[in-house]
Amino acid sequence: MRSHEISSSQIADVVNRHHRLPDRLLQILIELQEPSGWLPPATLTALADALGVSRAHVEGVAGFYSFLHTEPVGRYRLLFSDNIIEHQLGSRELMAALCSKLWVEPHKPSEDGLVSVSTTSCIGMGDQGPAMLANGRPVLRLSHQRINQIAELVRQQVPVSEWPEAFFHVDNNIHRRDAMLQLDLAPGAALQAALALGRAEWMRQMQLSNLRGRGGAGFTTAVKWMACADAPGADKVVVCNADEGEPGTFKDRVLLTTLADAVFEGMTLAAWAVGARQGLLYLRGEYRYLRPTLEAVLARRRSAGLLGRQILGKAGFDFDIEIHLGAGAYVCGEETALLESLEGKRGTPRIRPPFPVTRGYLGRPTVVNNVETLAKTCLIALEGGAAFAATGTAQSTGTKLLSISGDCARPGIYEYPFGVAIERVLEDCGASDTQAVQVGGAAGIMLASYEFHRRIAFEDVPTAGAFMVFDSSRDLFEVARNFVAFFAHESCGFCTPCRVGTSLLLKAMNKLADGHGAKTDLADIEWIDRLLKNASHCGLGSAAPNPVMDTLLKFRPAYERRLRSLDFAPAFNLDDALAAARRASGRDDAAAHFSADHAPR
Amino acid sequence: MSTAARTRVRLATTSLAGCFGCHMSFLDIDEHLFELVELVEFDRSPLTNIKHCSPCDIGLIEGGVCNAENVHVLREFRAQCKTLVAIGACAINGGLPAQRNHIPLEACLREVYQSRAGLGASGVPNDPELPLLLDKVRPIHEVVRVDYSIPGCPPSGEAIWKFLSDLIAGRTPRLSHPMLHFD
Amino acid sequence: MSKQFLFDGRPVPFEDGQTILQAARAAGHYIPHLCWHPDFPPHGSCKLCIVKVGGRHVSSCAMPAKEGMEVESNTPEINGERRALLQMLFVEGNHFCPSCEKSGNCQLQALAYDLEMVGERFAHFFPDRPVDASHPDVLLDFNRCIFCELCVRASRDVDGKQVFALTERGIHKYLVVNAESGRLGDTDFAASDRAADICPVGVILHKRVGFARPIGSRTYDIQPIHEVDMKERT
Repeated sequence: MRSHEISSSQIADVVNRHHRLPDRLLQILIELQEPSGWLPPATLTALADALGVSRAHVEGVAGFYSFLHTEPVGRYRLLFSDNIIEHQLGSRELMAALCSKLWVEPHKPSEDGLVSVSTTSCIGMGDQGPAMLANGRPVLRLSHQRINQIAELVRQQVPVSEWPEAFFHVDNNIHRRDAMLQLDLAPGAALQAALALGRAEWMRQMQLSNLRGRGGAGFTTAVKWMACADAPGADKVVVCNADEGEPGTFKDRVLLTTLADAVFEGMTLAAWAVGARQGLLYLRGEYRYLRPTLEAVLARRRSAGLLGRQILGKAGFDFDIEIHLGAGAYVCGEETALLESLEGKRGTPRIRPPFPVTRGYLGRPTVVNNVETLAKTCLIALEGGAAFAATGTAQSTGTKLLSISGDCARPGIYEYPFGVAIERVLEDCGASDTQAVQVGGAAGIMLASYEFHRRIAFEDVPTAGAFMVFDSSRDLFEVARNFVAFFAHESCGFCTPCRVGTSLLLKAMNKLADGHGAKTDLADIEWIDRLLKNASHCGLGSAAPNPVMDTLLKFRPAYERRLRSLDFAPAFNLDDALAAARRASGRDDAAAHFSADHAPR
Repeated sequence: MSTAARTRVRLATTSLAGCFGCHMSFLDIDEHLFELVELVEFDRSPLTNIKHCSPCDIGLIEGGVCNAENVHVLREFRAQCKTLVAIGACAINGGLPAQRNHIPLEACLREVYQSRAGLGASGVPNDPELPLLLDKVRPIHEVVRVDYSIPGCPPSGEAIWKFLSDLIAGRTPRLSHPMLHFD
Repeated sequence: MSKQFLFDGRPVPFEDGQTILQAARAAGHYIPHLCWHPDFPPHGSCKLCIVKVGGRHVSSCAMPAKEGMEVESNTPEINGERRALLQMLFVEGNHFCPSCEKSGNCQLQALAYDLEMVGERFAHFFPDRPVDASHPDVLLDFNRCIFCELCVRASRDVDGKQVFALTERGIHKYLVVNAESGRLGDTDFAASDRAADICPVGVILHKRVGFARPIGSRTYDIQPIHEVDMKERT
């Protein structure tokens, strides 16, 4: 592994390119890891010296992000998306097949250092899975045939960049368009319109639109912008949250692919409203493949006078946008964790108040908006706030992009005015025999068939956009268990209830899955749910029990039929606990087993 | 059996992976022992010579669960006792014996039976008389349902007496400062 | 007239900028806490200081006091949740009080006494966390870490050294020191550092003084933590 060491001049190059700024630490780590796939201890030490920060801090940041490795990994890193929809499409079987073809154990690099096969949280390709990341690049529509090809390419050591293009082809799968997806924006047109209105009138149009945040929380955008505009401090910041990590969501990926100009123009419109000069787009590591095209769009906008100094000739309107990469941490979708990550730190959510609008990125007043929210501001600039508010419901104006995946004929992107009923969406996407729909991803809400009359809207069923369909053949306990595993994996570990509670919850769910559960475990699960909900530091922890609470309420038999005892069952498998002693002593007589332990009660 | 004997509370005690320190502390309730014998009748316990537990009102368990025999004894107590009480640090979280938990069991056994001088490198015994060790020492609440706990290493005689007299009188037992301690 | 809020039904005065915990403490009301320390800004990780305000749970160490708030703290509901949070901390690490030098001076243990935590309820994780005895004067026993980051903060903000940091995340999170070897002995840590005396539990221990005061006669053996904390106010 010595050959993979990163030379001090390489480190100096990267650090200098980032102006020796400690708040670029995450971006620097991502770049330094590029050549060898991991960050050797000596690299962390040298980097800490070069940046003038402590090595412990560097190690702390490097250890936080799933896509940064402080131990050797394979030269080919193949990560299967661990989304439940993809499980249902056979991703685990495909992963097992790939492991056996490559003679590797999952989650462990091969001895020759050639390849490691593992899983990663949902990569935002739920409509075209099963999918994997091959050295960071998404490979779609995996089948046994494709897995065979991949195994062969790895064995022959063909670089990922030379794999067949078809592997990497990402479909947009847009099946229903409304105002947003019908927009054919001439770059600068929305900005032109807003500038013509003047700053105060532009803000008034935003108020009239009653646009609310599309990231799930539904905070009124104009209120956020005004608070930032009014906050003391001249060096304001606009941040676009493109850390679309909610399992089952992929609409921001499609917006960034098809309407990047609208997203950047929305950021510029926000900058005009609040008086910001700096813009940052935080792109989740899984969407890194989009970066070159996004950079090209930014370059085009700069040369067209839509970014940079004196935008559209307006004196004093200076604004530019830079892209920062994430590195595999769902919690960074939480806006204050995202700010920490933008500052190059561990993605730990901050204490609020203060809110980002007064103290955000590097302590400066900051607007953080979702990709879809920002893109929608272009519609408001072009057609006015009242026109925007004319669609949707009174409390949820405009349209919403849904990312539909799972048991339906046509998964993909659907745009509806707010207020659309679940049953209408199911009909349109070709779902039949639907048992349940998970709206809003793992953190969202699971609806049973008797609730399909409910509507997508902040006042009824709010969502960041995920819409996962489960037909009657699906086991909803397994769905909840997958989500619990997701939260346990993604917990930042800052607060006690989430750090310990998500893992305890996963233990309890695994115990039930293994057929060792008892009624007392259900009581424990409900108690842990309550602690997570009440005591967690941020939305990740308080949402973590949602899938379990919903399924326990609406699909309780999925749990009950797994119980071995109506009373109590041991926390661990007693017979397995004797296995090591049996091996060491060579015993295998009846007394060397807890045979009764396997008998159903 | 006399009427008086039948109305007494039937009490069983045992020590699993413990040091009998909690039992010693139990005897430290001193003069309360005279009150206790008026209230309880002992079933299986190191204080009697009864080998198996009959139906009891209260079972006191000292020590954690380190081997297969501990599991069998603990299950017998759970099956026979209406109220099962974990007494002492080892029963509650594994205690000192659980400090082997970070060492793989095979390494522990190798160290004792193969690497040590004096045992003649005889190997790990293969004898059905010897209960097999669990890979980790566990607190008893991970093996059976436990109703109450009396922490301490050991709990003081005073705490044990307070607990038992509450329980027998039908009050929810409560231990607080300074009777509640973990060391 | 000064502003006030209601704390378990009793009026508590406060000044703007004070948190619920600070104001309550100043008025002689104890709210359990582990990661909060009077000399440092609020951290909000342990969640022992949760209270209910208008039916919503908040961290009292971080939530600014507001006129007319109704705060519930010392109630069976909140204390039950606090006890469960303590149980989570106990099962997550390896907390064997009888063999710990800090026993009797440990805030985690003392809070467990105060909240009458008699058992640990959940299944234990029994993590493998080797101790670090490399430093001549100070021992690190990571088995007891509760991730309050007081050492991280004290070393960074008071000692100006950044000896400690946390790495990984979730249940796999752990404390690291500022050395490529991972050993405290290879850092510039000193026994006179503020960080050497800030640990509320038994992770950072001065060598050779562990049993200077016998078990049974230590701080929280003599007085419950809620009384000690009130006495320590200045």
